[in-house]
Order: sequence, then structure tokens, then C-alpha cells
Amino acid sequence: MIVVNEEPLAWHPGMTVRDVLRARNYRFPMLVIHVNDALIQKTDYDTTSIPDGAVVKVIHLISGG
Amino acid sequence: MSQLVFDPSKVMDIDYTQRTDYLDGLAAIKAAHKVLKEITYTPSLPDKGYTNRTLYVNVGSLEITEKPVTQQMKDVFIGGRGFGLYHLWNAVKPTTRWNDPENEIIISPGPVAGMTQYAGTGKSLVVSLSPQTDIPIDSNVGGFYGPLLKFSGFDGLELQGKSDKDIILFIDGVKGIIRIEEAPKDPVDSHVLAEVLTHMYAENEKDLPNISVVSTGAAAEHSLIGMLNFSFYDRRRKCVRFKQAGRGGIGTVFRDKRIRALVVRGPKVAGDLNHPADPETIAKTGIKFHKEMRENDGTQCMMRRNGTAHIVEIMDAYDLLPVHNFQYGSHPDVHKIDSSYWQQRCTQHTVDGCWYGCSMACAKGADGLVLKTGPYKGDMVTVDGPEYENAAGLGSNCGVFDPDYLLELNFYCDTYGICTITYGTLTAFVMECYQRGILNQERTGGLEMTWGNAEADLEMMHQMARGEGFGKIAGLGVKKMKEYFIKQGWGDPQLINDIGMENKGLEYSQYMSKESLAQQGGYALTNKGPQHDEAWLIFMDMVNKQLPTFEDKAEALYYFPLFRTWFGLNGFCKLPWNDVVPADNSSQPEAHKVPEHVQNYVDLFSATTGIKISKEDLIIQSAKVYNFQRVFNIRMGKGLRLHDAAPYRSLGPVTKEEYESRAERYDQQIITEMDLDPAGKTTEEKMAMHRQWRTERFSKLMDSVYTRRGWTLDGVPTLARLKELGLDAFPEVVEVVKQHL
Repeated sequence: MIVVNEEPLAWHPGMTVRDVLRARNYRFPMLVIHVNDALIQKTDYDTTSIPDGAVVKVIHLISGG
Repeated sequence: MSQLVFDPSKVMDIDYTQRTDYLDGLAAIKAAHKVLKEITYTPSLPDKGYTNRTLYVNVGSLEITEKPVTQQMKDVFIGGRGFGLYHLWNAVKPTTRWNDPENEIIISPGPVAGMTQYAGTGKSLVVSLSPQTDIPIDSNVGGFYGPLLKFSGFDGLELQGKSDKDIILFIDGVKGIIRIEEAPKDPVDSHVLAEVLTHMYAENEKDLPNISVVSTGAAAEHSLIGMLNFSFYDRRRKCVRFKQAGRGGIGTVFRDKRIRALVVRGPKVAGDLNHPADPETIAKTGIKFHKEMRENDGTQCMMRRNGTAHIVEIMDAYDLLPVHNFQYGSHPDVHKIDSSYWQQRCTQHTVDGCWYGCSMACAKGADGLVLKTGPYKGDMVTVDGPEYENAAGLGSNCGVFDPDYLLELNFYCDTYGICTITYGTLTAFVMECYQRGILNQERTGGLEMTWGNAEADLEMMHQMARGEGFGKIAGLGVKKMKEYFIKQGWGDPQLINDIGMENKGLEYSQYMSKESLAQQGGYALTNKGPQHDEAWLIFMDMVNKQLPTFEDKAEALYYFPLFRTWFGLNGFCKLPWNDVVPADNSSQPEAHKVPEHVQNYVDLFSATTGIKISKEDLIIQSAKVYNFQRVFNIRMGKGLRLHDAAPYRSLGPVTKEEYESRAERYDQQIITEMDLDPAGKTTEEKMAMHRQWRTERFSKLMDSVYTRRGWTLDGVPTLARLKELGLDAFPEVVEVVKQHL
């Protein structure tokens, strides 16, 4: 289990940042993502693995309005 | 996450040169014009962003006067919305209403407006007493009028009085002539009128881009929701296009004064007309931003391809798109009106900005629309948009997913002078009333206002423009419709009040706030009413969980409304702030504020005016105007806690269907947030538990926000706060507040 934006999400081995975005249907293009407080660059979303128990913050920039 | 990819092969091949021409009657229209008053003046260009004078025109007495811009005006009110509120305060009394002669319409662009080196610098602010809210309304608008007004010699234009005949105010900023003309035969609707007037006042074809027209249309004469179109000449398409000062019914005030149009003829625009204090910094900052647009937009919001419509599918994915009068947050047919469609339908081989030098260029034009209904049936027109608000308001919120009908609704709103946001929300309300039996065909005069019935929707709009039938009732807006329906005994008053999405008399704009307490405040705890241009906090609050406490939400509802007020003081568009961000933005502290862009704004203001400010000063500048506006509301008999009340639809689920559509979320909230057990409870019982919880927490939010803003718990700025901001220099302001302490 991992925590994404304060809410639990089932974890599986090999889970990447991209998998988390898909699972949460996070489609907004301007995100700031931290995994256990480490900033993940956009170019690394497909390759960064997420460990079990991780705390993931997916900050959507404001946009809109 | 999936990023839309632009495929040029899918863009529709539309020949926009076959547009309907409206210039046949130009000579006769011009011949009928009669000069009522003409004066000469000395045109001047700004110095460090200011021309240091404003223009006062009384359309009743025909008085035309210049007024000086004082140092106090610049220090306290900056320009734009600040200047508008300052002039309006001095023009009206607490008893003045929107249709009294002393009510004014003030247009002011702000000191930075007209800059061509940075994106989004062509905005003006329009201020008036609103027919919908009876308090000051401020509406920001692009197009050329504001900057050309300034380059003709004026930091603002005050319009007061009422004419007894239709008039046009023409300002020739090249020859130094100001003229009021009677205009008895001019067309009524904007797309015809502005085309005719642009050609009438231009001296030759090269002069066409130097003309801008402010106008409205037929519906502004018969409704309270009229808006103003600000034109800009599109050289590539060779046609006039518009941006809108939409909110609050200023177009209605305009026609009540019998103003048919404002026309300005400015000098040819060049990069140095503001005569800034530090042109090098402006150039350097602009180059940096344009590079960022060029390199990042394609992988971020794609504003150059899609404009603001890029968030239609995003709002749908996050369950935030208003569907069926804000009942639901997504719809399976949304793909028919999302940005993948609009980027095929809008012409893409041209750059679409509404002011010179804007590299974001988000004003997308949909060419070749052949109208199916109304007085222009069969005509081929170009219509701007739809922007997000139009797609959501006229589209999903009313269940309209046919893109051609959506464009036609958008077109007629524009040319009739109707605010698209207001029209979308009021039509959604009408449709829900129809769904729930509050309205029926007998009560609507035969209009079958079912979800998605675009033909009935358009007919209601045509009625509004003709001042007939149910369309005339709809043109009163949601607040007055609610009162009317209740008076007629047409339904349960509580239900009608719960589902009518207005606050202070202004209709909500097109975001679902139900699941974000901060956004509920972002809408209701505003000065003018629920418009998203103060604070858009849904992602921060609902998705990111960045605002867990009342204090966190209050801080956001302190900072963002003030930050965004500042754009309207200076002539900036909000979009380049955060619809593209620097590549390294994610590694910056407080990335959501886009710190590099905040510094850009600080630098651009300082470089234009020569007044060095910091990012903290920027907030203080706004706070002066924001608090002045709050006191202005109180002076007009509003502006207190009770006037910030929100309709329950904006706070939570009103109906059983709404609750059950999100039952898992709502049941869980009963456990985690209320510490109660939903087991064995009926939906109605659970809805009642939610209503109590949601209403109480909104009240707590009000307490927290008012405290953070330096206001009493009744929403009144304290004397200490006024003193801190230097507003105690205005005895009338202090006097208003003292009566409520």
C-alpha cells in the first residue's frame, strides 16, 4: 500500500510514477511529483519505481480559471 | 496521464474567406449620423505607463472634460479596476441604482497595458453598478479598445448620464478629436455593428487595426445580463473579432444610457508607446517568456492550439465539469466538445492573439459557421472560441454536446450582447426547473427546456433578444427568476433556492465547487460575486490536499484573490501566469504560485512605472483596492456576511440522485469527517447529516477567512486594517465602516 495525496492506493511490484497517474486518472499535464520527498522529473515518470509504503505527492498546479 | 497530441492532418479545411459581408448599408448608416458635440484635444502618449489624465463624458448633458490623474490615485488605486472603483465611488450615492443617470461605466486599462514585449498585456477593466447585484461589478476584457484609449491620451474613460437618443462616442487619438454622434440607423447586433463602424471610422485599409469598437447587442436592451464586446481587427482573416466584458450586466447599463457604441482610433501600435522607465528589462523579460512558451506549451497546456478549452476533458476526468446545472461532474459525451475536437474545428494556421505580442495567443477562431436559426440564419460567420467557460456553461451544464449548436449559442450570445457564463448557468437552472416540474411547457410559453435541447435553448435566447416570452423572464438572471418562480407558487422555495446557482445576484461560473470547501469560499467570499477570477483552489484543496486546515484555506483565500486582483489593476491577462510554467518550476519552493512568473510581474511593473516594488508590495497594492471595494459594497447596503451566503448546490448534494451518484464518497465522509455511522440510514437522512456538516464548515471557513483578511466576523474591514492600508486617508470610507463596528 502507498499513500497518494493523503489517500491509500494499492501497491504492486514494479509500480512506476506513470502507473500511479493512470490509477488515479491524473490527466493534468502540469504536475509536481515527489516520492518520499524526492522530486521526480517528468522525463522519469515511466522509469521511476515506487517502493511499497511510499508517500507520493502529486501537486497539480493551479491553471484553470 | 495522457497528453493530447496535435495532428495537423485532422484540422478541418474551412474556407473562411466566404464569410457573410455586412458592409452594404455602410454609406446610408454613415449619412444618418449627426454630430451632437465635438471638441478637440491634444493627444499624448503615456509616460512610464500613465497619460496622467482620464476622460469624462456625460452622454446626457454632452459634457466632455479631462480630469487629472493624481498621485494619490496612482499610489492607492494603481489603475484599471482601481481607477474604475475610485471614479464610481465619487460618482454615485448609496441610493444610486444601475439605471440612475449618475451610475457610470468606467473603462481603464492600467499602467502596464499596451506593452507588446510580454504576453497578455492588452486587458482593460470595466466597472459599473451592476443591474444584477446592485454593487460594483468589475469585468476584465481583452481586445484593442483599452490600450488604444491609453495611446490616444487617456488612462480611463468615465461615461455618465443618459442620452435620449442612440449615440456613438468617437475618440480620434491621432487627430485629437472627441465627438458624440447621433446614430439613428446603426445596426444593433455586435458582429454587424462593429464591422460597419470599423470600416466607417478607418481612414483606409491600413488603418483598420487602429480602430476598436465597444458595443453590445439586442439582448442587452431587454435583459439584465448584457455584456460588452471589445473588438480587435484580425488582419489575416480581414474581419472584426471580439473579447467580452461579460459579467454583471454592464452591457445593460450601456444600452440604458442609449450608447450604441464607443469607437477609438488610436495611433499605429509600436513597442515603445508606454515610454517605460526601463525598456531593457521589459525586453529581456519578454524574450525569456516567449522562449518558455515556444519550448514548453506543446507539452503543457497547449494554449496556442486549444486555448482555455484544453481543460474541458481535464475537468471531466476530475469530476469537476459542471453537468446538468452543477449536479454532476462528468458526462460520457464530453469527448464531442473537448479540446481534441476544437483543435480540429478551430483554424490553426494563424496566430490568434487578442493583443499584440501575446505569444500565448489563445483566442481560437472557429471559421465557416453557417447559422441554423435566428435573424442571421444562413449567414456564414467566424465565432471566437469556445473558451472553457463557454464549452462548459453552454455545453455540458445544459447537456448540449452538439458542437455546431454550441458554437451557434456562443455566436448569438456574443452578437446579442449576452454573457456566456451567465447564460449557461441560468439556462441550466431553467432546464433543471423543467426537469423537476417547477417549469413546464405552459409556463415557458411552449419551450421544451429539456437537457440538451439546443433548439429550445436558442429560441429562448432569440426571445431574450426580442424582449419576448419566457426569454425575457430568463434575462432577469437566476436570482430574480428564483424570486419570480417562488412568487408564482411554482415549486418548493427551498429547492428553488438550493439549485439556483447565484451569489449576490451573479451566476456561478463553470466549476464544481461541491467537493472543495476552499473553492466554495473562492466563489462566495468574493467582492463582485462567484467568478473564478479571484481564486481557483480546487486542485490545491480537493486533489492535492495542500489545504488541510481552515487556516490553510483562509491563507489561500487571502493570497490568491489579492494576487489576481493585481492583474486587473495593471492591464495583465491571468493566463500567462500559470497556463505555462518554466521548465524548472517544479523544483522551486511554492511551485503552485509559479515564483519566476511572479518575479516577472514585479519586474514588469517596476520597469514600466519606475517604481520599485517587491512581490510583497504587489499584494499590498491589491489589498488597498480589494478592501476599498468591500467597503464600497457595504456603502451600497451589501457586503456583509449575510451577502456572502452560498446556494446549497455549491456546498453539497441537494437531491437524492446527486447523493447517490457519489454515495461511496459521501458515506465515507460521514464516517471520517463527522465521526458518525451511515449504516441503516436512508439517503434522505444521510443528506441531512451532510447538509448540517457542510453548512457548519462553510460558516467556520467564513470566520477564518474574515479573520485572515482583517475583517470582523460580519465581514467588515476593521479600522486597524484600513489604517494599515492607508485607506483611513478617505474619511468617507472610514465613515461607512464605523457604522458597522
